[in-house]
Amino acid sequence: MRDGSSARQWGTGLDLAPARLAAKNGAMNVVVCVKQIPDPADPGAMDPETKTLKRDGKLILDESDSYGVEMALQLVDTAGGGEVTLVSMTPNSEVGGLRTALAMGAAKAILVSDPALAGSDALSTAKVLAAAIKRVEGADLVLTATESSDGYTGTVPEQIAGLLDLPSVTFAKSIAVDGSTLKVERQTEAGYDDVECPLPAVVSVTAGVVEPRYPSFKGIMAAKSKPVDEVTVADLGLDASQVGWSGARQEITTIEAAPSRAAGEVVEDDGTGFEKIVAYLDNLKVI
Amino acid sequence: MTLAKIWVFAEATDGKVSSTTLEILTKARELATTVEAVYAGADADAVAAALGAHGATTVHTTGDLGGALPGVPVAAAIAEAASAGAPDAILFATSYAARDIAGRLSVKLDRTVLTNGVDLVLTGDSLAVVEPVFGGTTNVTTTFVGDGPYLALLRPKSFVAEESGGAPAAVNTIAVPDTGAAGAAKVTQRHVEERQGPQLEDAAVVVSGGRGLGEAEKYQMIEDLAKLLHAAPGASRAIVDAGWVPYSYQVGQTGKVVKPTVYIAAGISGATQHMVGMKGSKNIIAINKDAEAPIFSISDLGIVGDVNKVIPALIEALKARG
Repeated sequence: MRDGSSARQWGTGLDLAPARLAAKNGAMNVVVCVKQIPDPADPGAMDPETKTLKRDGKLILDESDSYGVEMALQLVDTAGGGEVTLVSMTPNSEVGGLRTALAMGAAKAILVSDPALAGSDALSTAKVLAAAIKRVEGADLVLTATESSDGYTGTVPEQIAGLLDLPSVTFAKSIAVDGSTLKVERQTEAGYDDVECPLPAVVSVTAGVVEPRYPSFKGIMAAKSKPVDEVTVADLGLDASQVGWSGARQEITTIEAAPSRAAGEVVEDDGTGFEKIVAYLDNLKVI
Repeated sequence: MTLAKIWVFAEATDGKVSSTTLEILTKARELATTVEAVYAGADADAVAAALGAHGATTVHTTGDLGGALPGVPVAAAIAEAASAGAPDAILFATSYAARDIAGRLSVKLDRTVLTNGVDLVLTGDSLAVVEPVFGGTTNVTTTFVGDGPYLALLRPKSFVAEESGGAPAAVNTIAVPDTGAAGAAKVTQRHVEERQGPQLEDAAVVVSGGRGLGEAEKYQMIEDLAKLLHAAPGASRAIVDAGWVPYSYQVGQTGKVVKPTVYIAAGISGATQHMVGMKGSKNIIAINKDAEAPIFSISDLGIVGDVNKVIPALIEALKARG
């Protein structure tokens, strides 16, 4: 398996790099779709008016996306050229999360920012992101997370691929480029599959498969002046009625507390906590 | 009112239909007059009996996909079949293959797809999907708006599978259109990570470990305790992501959904991701050093303490009982 550390070694110019890594004259242009989400450390809440997740506080880079950013940076390093472009959407010009990914090393970003985007369903989201990706010239590969940490529908990567009519591989554990072919280890219920796929392609990256780099101080400073191309839905040639509340073919009808489990007995372990467990299991006739 | 027709995407391993497929077929019978299955494999004849016994009158099959990842070819085949007579809804289990197919199909049909469903409800002339959020503390019901087919991905163990006594489903082959480069992703080699002992989804007792164990080596305690209890060992996403145990051990939103008689959570704080996969357990025992850990809010017995002390003591006590 090709893990992050070995890939990075190739990129440092150690002579481990096989010739097969030159995707296109030694350059690899990768687009990474990233989402800016409310800090998961803060408890989530639904807005009773709009019946959607509240996202009025400060937004951060979804941790799930940091793996795709890292993998993209490694692929560009390995290819010996090219760059990473971020694509994101938001109703309100928020760029906090994008700056984090730019500080990691992405070259630039396209941010679709439009109040009309509020309330977009997964398919509308994919339509907007696909239209934004089309603005990136010479993209060889589009990376996404497998699902966002707040909405987690998990269908957007495949929908983007469908809209761009590109091949795709979801749940990648590792990615390598061999000429114009992508070699992916894809997670499955039983283990993993080796998958081959022609470029350009869309790949969703499983969380935890590489160690996202921490932005350096230099990276953070540089990120402040990296270009963020802010565009509206109309700039993408999409009709506002296709996105947001008006474009959604779904309507949240009720939000209610789930039948809850009552918390049972909670005891501080004084060295005999295990006895409580034995007695509990005994009572259930499990032992 | 009921729907006229539902298609259920059926999945099987070595000719054995997945339990989630049978669960969804059972629910579909309640919602629609006619239930049919869609299958992507060479052995539709082998699965037709089980599908029929759970209510599918026909199984539409693509046949063998020749190693292609199923998302693109199967979605194209379903879209073409639907153009000749679309069902009101197409239901999928939450699995790797089905997520890809549903995503691609939503683009082909230009229809939304609702995900993470744990229940389906008829609402007027539409369908609604119930989805748990915030670790399962809140249920959100979302209704499809506009024309069908309605597409939904449903979580395992959301329904109880029951046989209908139906005859084997009639096998109908559907064409897979040429999908060009978009359908060119191919599996070249499959790797199966063997698990020993009871399977997570079926075990009466599950013992899961989390970050609170402190280090990868300590997971051996979980294996040892599981063995003593004839239990399946499981894990939180945190330690799977950290590489301590393979993904096949993961219980939660993106892992396995379990509903055992007893679930023991050792060193697991109870992230939403995890709780969604195990809160249906009949009895939950949690051990965690943080008294404020969310896992205690759903546990029947909570021990606030160090798993590295409580678990070894528990193992010794169980060994002493023989």
